[in-house]
Amino acid sequence: MLVRLAIAAVGMFGFGFALVPFYEKICEVTGLRNLLVSNASDNAENTQVDTTRNIVVEMDANTHSLAWRFKPLQSNVTVHPGQLVRVDYEIENTLDRAVTGQAIPSYGPKVAERHFRKLECFCFTQQTLGPKEKRIMPVVFVIDGTAPVDMNEITLSYTFFEVAGKG
Amino acid sequence: MTNNAALLMKKTVQAAAGLGGIFAASATWAANSKYNFQEPASRMAADIHDLHMWMIWICLIIFVVVFGFMFYSIYAHRKSKGAVAAQFHESTTVEILWTVIPVLILVGMAWPATKTVLAQKDTTNADITIKATGYQWKWGYDYIKGEGEGIAFVSTLSTPRGQLEFGEYPGENYLLEVDNPVVVPIGKKVRILTTAQDVIHAWWVPALGVKQDAIPGFIRDTWFRADREGVFRGVCAELCGKDHGYMPIEVHVVSEEKYAAWVAAQKQKSAAPAAAAAQPAPASAS
Amino acid sequence: MSAVPHDVAHGHDHHDDHHHGPTGLMRWITATNHKDIGTMYLIFSFIMFLSGGVMALTLRAELFQPGLQVVQPEFFNQLTTMHGLVMVFGAIMPAFVGFANWMLPLMVGAPDMAFARMNNWSFWLLPPAAILLIGSFFVPGGATAAGWTLYAPLSVQMGMGMDMAIFAIHIMGASSIMGAINIVVTILNMRAPGMTLMKMPLFCWTWLITAYLLIAVMPVLAGAVTMVLTDRHFGTTFFNAAGGGDPVLYQHVFWFFGHPEVYIMILPAFGIVSQIIPTFARKPLFGYASMVYATASIAILSFVVWAHHMFTTGMPAKTQIFFMYATMLIAVPTGVKVFNWIATMWRGSMTFETPMLFSVGFIFVFTLGGFTGLMLSIAPVDIQYQDTYFVVAHFHYVLVAGSLFALFAGTYYWLPKWTGYMYDEKLGKRHFWLSMIFFNVTFFPMHFLGLAGMQRRVPDYNPMFADFNELATVGAFGFGLTQLLFAYVIIKCIRGGEKATAQVWEGAEGLEWTVPSPAPHHTFEVPPVFEAKGHHH
Repeated sequence: MLVRLAIAAVGMFGFGFALVPFYEKICEVTGLRNLLVSNASDNAENTQVDTTRNIVVEMDANTHSLAWRFKPLQSNVTVHPGQLVRVDYEIENTLDRAVTGQAIPSYGPKVAERHFRKLECFCFTQQTLGPKEKRIMPVVFVIDGTAPVDMNEITLSYTFFEVAGKG
Repeated sequence: MTNNAALLMKKTVQAAAGLGGIFAASATWAANSKYNFQEPASRMAADIHDLHMWMIWICLIIFVVVFGFMFYSIYAHRKSKGAVAAQFHESTTVEILWTVIPVLILVGMAWPATKTVLAQKDTTNADITIKATGYQWKWGYDYIKGEGEGIAFVSTLSTPRGQLEFGEYPGENYLLEVDNPVVVPIGKKVRILTTAQDVIHAWWVPALGVKQDAIPGFIRDTWFRADREGVFRGVCAELCGKDHGYMPIEVHVVSEEKYAAWVAAQKQKSAAPAAAAAQPAPASAS
Repeated sequence: MSAVPHDVAHGHDHHDDHHHGPTGLMRWITATNHKDIGTMYLIFSFIMFLSGGVMALTLRAELFQPGLQVVQPEFFNQLTTMHGLVMVFGAIMPAFVGFANWMLPLMVGAPDMAFARMNNWSFWLLPPAAILLIGSFFVPGGATAAGWTLYAPLSVQMGMGMDMAIFAIHIMGASSIMGAINIVVTILNMRAPGMTLMKMPLFCWTWLITAYLLIAVMPVLAGAVTMVLTDRHFGTTFFNAAGGGDPVLYQHVFWFFGHPEVYIMILPAFGIVSQIIPTFARKPLFGYASMVYATASIAILSFVVWAHHMFTTGMPAKTQIFFMYATMLIAVPTGVKVFNWIATMWRGSMTFETPMLFSVGFIFVFTLGGFTGLMLSIAPVDIQYQDTYFVVAHFHYVLVAGSLFALFAGTYYWLPKWTGYMYDEKLGKRHFWLSMIFFNVTFFPMHFLGLAGMQRRVPDYNPMFADFNELATVGAFGFGLTQLLFAYVIIKCIRGGEKATAQVWEGAEGLEWTVPSPAPHHTFEVPPVFEAKGHHH
């Protein structure tokens, strides 16, 4: 009886642990995995510039209950996979006090996230803008060559949120 | 002042887009069958409609066969008719058969559905990109790319609120009409980016076959290509608080010329100093 | 336990017909007897059913005509939310636990549930939870109005009523988990000698599987609402993009609970119907083994289909296709069950007393809900159905015509065993026909409303939806009033009537029919001998 109980307990415990890789696999297979994995900006492995392909990258900007003006300086750029690109965003604090914000990136279509490698981005850190301060901030990125061929239009979107309690 | 500006803008829109044509087309909403999907206005909506009908027919056939057996049994195998109970309780052949046949039927359903999913997700090569931002409880629109780039406006319910509170019989477009409709040209691929300011909303226009949640902090995309002119109405389809039922969507599909005229009128409006002061810079939602 | 030798010749003789212990109110507060606790569960769930019903009727009254006549949008949203929470967690789930308490020990030949005191605790957690939940209407800001799914970030915006709902869910979750553990242990360890797993009544099987589902997913729900709670009050950002969270994560976690939850509410119903149909067809259940396997497959599949509730959140195509296929697969075991029931009826010798009427009604109407479910599994079309009245129609077909009709069927089936008297057959049949007609009048037009473009959870609508809404409201009031007839039939039956025999139904088989009616307070203190008749050679 005790042995059977022990086997059952060990089995159940093991089953619980087996669920972790099981669902990881499901999320990977179905493409849900990027929900958990942050944008891999670190491994910008060197790839050849593929000049045969053009990808239009649209820039989008949003603020979330934050009195900032935030806009891209160019509405879109046409890039080749593997090409290093710099785009600029302009941000302006309309208030008379310093405000700290954090930008959250988002991609359309969502799967584009995996092929978007950022080398420099204002979204990596919090940004503090003084009263009425206006600033131009760059994003430097590469779209890697593994991006599917039919992916020829990507929207890069940022939403600025206020970081509460920081002036 | 802003009210006047809005009114003026509305009038310009209507004049530019051709008032008569649009309102004649809006009758299609009322003319739709009340028992089924609205009449499709895009290829995607038509595909969805076909899939839906295909499913209904399959279900109907299964229904007739399965319940034919059941009701015959209810009719014939009752004790009051002197039926004596048989004692069988297993048949491997039958059981395998009624597992395999449904699987085959499912394959017949999955095949066309998969093709439609892939088409629905293909947001590439859009002619026009419009960002729809959900607010509690209105929609903001920014034309991001293509003809009309830079146009931005907020679209709110135009049914007077007074009408909601009293019992008077509402008009035809009650709760489905807005002050500033989205205008798009016919035959162009329009990509809709959705996002939200506060809670999750959903941008839904049934006749165009699109519905996409708008998620605060993130963007999502969907697309449509309208194949007939007209006014297509939709609603917010995700519970977003008190006035969830009061943030409709109105899309006017117009000819390319009318669209160009509308864009010109919009540009002129935003170029006018008064309007420029009243409206924030296009890309920044306040 | 089966190792202990017993004199098993007399299964059910000379037991006390009375309990020894506190009487009056204390009998119920300190109850450890499975029958007393089962009764309390059933009464509790019926009270909650009526409360949820009153909310539903208020909603329908508001929706009778376009415009706002009865309630304001804020309160309307509170009512839709609370109607859902009360019906799911207060009415349907406790009702099935009530059936489990009453019937499982009788069916497996056990003297009581395995953990009698825990059983008392798991019931008595429910009334405080219900008070928290319903009491939230009266706090500033009112009850939560985020929909029963409590989607973040809307639920993060809510007032204090939301916190009360979260605690209520925690408490009910704890109650369900304890109930489930009790059921698993009772079924696995306390079966009468000779009753192997594959010989026990199907109701035990469906409850065994349901109990595992409960243990697996109730903690997930508790986790989801706890994250909402900390997002609301302690500055976490699980569902807020600003801090690296994602609002869609809530939906993933919720529906990981939510889809198995759907089966928690329907599998015991399958079990009840599988007991009743063989009785009134006077013929053994067709394909017993395949019924067990089908139930288990439904339960397992329920863990890999959750995202089909989220097709409109904008998932990659691959994700949509995976969840679409997985969802469609569920139709196979569900179909097998329906076919098995019809094959059980086939060439039987059927009579149609109220339990059988409700069971046949269940198969018919539940299958309609199954068809719309299949249509909803098709991702591209689902995107157009999602959050419309089509979905409202669908889940009321499976929850009202499914779970609730099975609960009615089970009540009529075992009521003579519980009370010792036969219920009024004529009134029972009337209850069935009125329920069936009004149910369809209420919910069938909702399919059309949804297809034509009416979204759910709105208090007001365009006049083109007016006629079907009027019809649905009329049906809903009819359905609601019909349930008072049900209450009357039950009370009448408790008070007296024609004496019930031990067997009650001519074709009834199983250990529960070997004890006298009403079932004495203590049964099977000595394990009975179980001999499988009919099924299994």
